[in-house]
Amino acid sequence: MRKTLVVLFLLFAGAATAGAQSNPMLLNAAGATFPYPIYSKWFDVYHTAHPNIQINYQSIGSGGGIRQLLAGTVDFGASDGPMSDDQLAQAKFKILHFPTVLGAVIPTYNVSGVSTDLNFTQKALAGIYLGTITKWNDPEITKANPGVKLPGEDIVVVHRSDGSGTSYIFTDFLSKASDDWKNKVGKGTSVNWPVGLGGKGNEGVSGLVKQTPNSIGYIELIYAVQNSIPYGKVQNAAGKFVKADLAGVTAAAASMKDMPEDFRVSITNAPGATSYPISSFTWLLIPAQISDAGKRDAIKDFLKWMLMDGQKFNEGLFYAQLPKSVVTKETKAISLIQ
Amino acid sequence: MDRAAPRRFNGGGPRAFIHRLRHGDEVAHILTLTFAAGILLLTSMLVYELWVNSHLSRAKFGWMFFWTSTWDPVFDNFGAAPFIYGTLVTSIVSLVTAVPLGLAAAIFLSELAPRRMSDTISFLIDLLAAVPSVIYGLLGIFIVVPLMRTTVGPILIGTLGHVPVIGRFFKGPNYGVGFLTAGVVLAIMVVPFIISVSREVLLTVPREQREAALALGATRWEATWKVVVPWARTGILGSVFLALARALGETMAVTMVIGNDPKISASLFAPGYTIAAVIANEFTEATGDLYLSALIELGLVLFLMTFILNGLARLLIVATERGGGHPS
Repeated sequence: MRKTLVVLFLLFAGAATAGAQSNPMLLNAAGATFPYPIYSKWFDVYHTAHPNIQINYQSIGSGGGIRQLLAGTVDFGASDGPMSDDQLAQAKFKILHFPTVLGAVIPTYNVSGVSTDLNFTQKALAGIYLGTITKWNDPEITKANPGVKLPGEDIVVVHRSDGSGTSYIFTDFLSKASDDWKNKVGKGTSVNWPVGLGGKGNEGVSGLVKQTPNSIGYIELIYAVQNSIPYGKVQNAAGKFVKADLAGVTAAAASMKDMPEDFRVSITNAPGATSYPISSFTWLLIPAQISDAGKRDAIKDFLKWMLMDGQKFNEGLFYAQLPKSVVTKETKAISLIQ
Repeated sequence: MDRAAPRRFNGGGPRAFIHRLRHGDEVAHILTLTFAAGILLLTSMLVYELWVNSHLSRAKFGWMFFWTSTWDPVFDNFGAAPFIYGTLVTSIVSLVTAVPLGLAAAIFLSELAPRRMSDTISFLIDLLAAVPSVIYGLLGIFIVVPLMRTTVGPILIGTLGHVPVIGRFFKGPNYGVGFLTAGVVLAIMVVPFIISVSREVLLTVPREQREAALALGATRWEATWKVVVPWARTGILGSVFLALARALGETMAVTMVIGNDPKISASLFAPGYTIAAVIANEFTEATGDLYLSALIELGLVLFLMTFILNGLARLLIVATERGGGHPS
């Protein structure tokens, strides 16, 4: 009996070490959950076209992606918010940002007696989330919605309880819309919300809004479209009330006249009459120096493919395409990867 | 077994050791000792990791961490007070709801129900204990929350809200989610533990005790309440603390129904937050080092709370043992 156990153990150990042989090129990536559907589509299509390159992506969250990239456990990361200067300083190596797709955040609400699209001014959204505007028939909201009968009920505010890129985009917008918000709360994937209930994930927020009368919450555009959730219009920097759609989001990105070289830019509250004000890029974080030549070439090739062919898949999954100007700039930036 | 052999083989000399080794005694001893030590090692490693990884936050906030009530990831100001409050309140509400219910059910199942019915129902209740907590969370969202908002909430606010001392716990806006809802959902989750353990303990009470009480002229209920239940006191207390342990650490079900708002409010209808919920919600996206460290320190705080409460449980059990009743 003992002899058989020893033999079995040795066989097992042998098999375990034998299994760790090199396979065709495997790249590891981790990060944001927001673009996970499009990324998995891209990696799958790319693998079919290049069977020897396999990219393994774990959507553990932007924070996790950044951390794993800094720790060196993944080949590249993904994040809904650009890395801050502090984080970049912490890294032992230079990191490049490559925008991949665009996303948007929309306000959804459940007001008794209202079935039309409501217009929200920037001040209204900031006031509601700061807790200074407490009733639905506040002048700031009624003056943007003439002819709509708004009840005098308390507004029940709903926000995200989990850290997320969606919150980052929304709070970034609110910081631009209101100095009060910028000084009191600031922007981040998790913030100290002055008022409101927290729902977990887009499903948590939309669930709470649907169930609670006279409530307002913010969710991703893609989620709203896929689940046919009604949402309102937001006033952009040009003063127009825009209902979010893919064209408006791409317009917001295209309107950024001085795109910085490192692509770390916020496009919320973008200029332009058709721009949707609560839009954002999501980025791939690639190390500038990759010592393994095979991996480097694979990543560079994937990025080229993503900018040319990959963008065609965006609309099918309700992500907005990158504007031409950004694609051109990024294609040039790929050569920075050494 | 060693009595049969004329030689003494416990202790003393290499020959004795080899004998014990070959006959399995020493192997069994070493193996079981390793596993027991392993558990202790695992726990110490856990505490060590929590301690080390929270050093940034401990260094910056010190003892203030326990009573600061802001949780601000943007301006790096963290405090555990709302979470400690939320964890304690939801656990207390769940126990206050679950213990009378569970104890009554256990008494019924052990004393009053026919044996077959009792066995079937206990089997079903044990199944309830195995249901994953996310399911309870969904149950909470789709059934308990609307019920609380439309029916139970207004009734309680209307009646208990006006009573002088406890009125402050039942005031204020009622969203459906909040401490009370979380407490009720937790109660539903821990009741099976209380029922099954208490029932087992009540069934072990010797028949002589019951018969003696009845012989002295007690009614059926008096015999149960005054003799049988006190005899099983320590076991029942044990089940209550088992339930408390589950309630303290429950994450998913609570975060779905508590409103996730880190504020301390007297009203049970207000939204709140618990330690387990905030760690589950914010850990993956926590980018700053101090932020991460603060979350880990929260984990350490929860560990400490559980440790203290379990210690109190032990003390309470020892105290009741001294007061009479079957030692368990």
